[in-house]
Amino acid sequence: MTIGVVVFPGSNCDRDVRWATEGCLGFPTRFLWHETKDLTGLDAVVLPGGFSYGDYLRCGAIARFAPVLQSLVDFVDKGGKVLGICNGFQVLTELGLLPGALTRNRDLHFICKDVDLKVASHRTSWLAGRQIGEELTLPIAHGEGCYQCSEDTLRKLEDEDSIALRYVDNPNGSLSDIAGITNYKGNVLGLMPHPERACDPLIGGIDGRRILQALIDS
Amino acid sequence: MPNFQASVLVSLRPSVLDPAGEAARSAANRLGVEGIKSLRIGKAISLELDAPDEAEARRRVELLADRLLANPVIEDWSLELECLPK
Repeated sequence: MTIGVVVFPGSNCDRDVRWATEGCLGFPTRFLWHETKDLTGLDAVVLPGGFSYGDYLRCGAIARFAPVLQSLVDFVDKGGKVLGICNGFQVLTELGLLPGALTRNRDLHFICKDVDLKVASHRTSWLAGRQIGEELTLPIAHGEGCYQCSEDTLRKLEDEDSIALRYVDNPNGSLSDIAGITNYKGNVLGLMPHPERACDPLIGGIDGRRILQALIDS
Repeated sequence: MPNFQASVLVSLRPSVLDPAGEAARSAANRLGVEGIKSLRIGKAISLELDAPDEAEARRRVELLADRLLANPVIEDWSLELECLPK
């Protein structure tokens, strides 16, 4: 029962994630430097927020070629759970583990605030046991969170019930108010909001806890 | 081995929002330059490479453009290639 948190040059939420998974939830957690290929002994991997490789070229474009991510593709094939938060979501789309892309926010601003989200699917273990439309509040902090994909991809996401979370009041222009999606198999979740920043009542909410809890519960 | 100069132009696909281009267009209006109907921002990447011939040079840069320089989900790209004199 161990969680790995990938550390790229430029990641800045890696320690927050560890604080949440280990400090708040009590799961053994270890950091994975981007050059490692060794994911043995891990039940779940988190790709944290930040600016991997300076977000050069496009967010996540360089990170995609990191050795750790080549191992991650096999890890996902074998059913390992992967959570991509913010920059981690961007990396997952660049890597092709999730469809679509994240682009500049509609109004060009970097937005840092709490947002209300609605559960759009409870098909996967990430949001199992919740009601469709159930609301939760999580912080966002991004400049490039506008989810875009082709019409065919959107239809496929809808048909396969893979849109996990939607914004109640769309802050960034995302297509169909999408805040988070899963793969069809359900073991990969990418989302722009930061569940790790909502795990302790002292800092304003614990709505992120159940999402991180799902890293271990199956 | 022949030396090639390549230029890859990456542009956002027409269906993709370009809020930065839109902001630049409105600044163009404020500057007093009239008649700008659309303005979209892309990237230009210049590179030099060695390859045995032009077809191989083109194959390599196309691979690079498709897999790294552009994200085909949101971007299109075009390539200009020329052989540099020795």
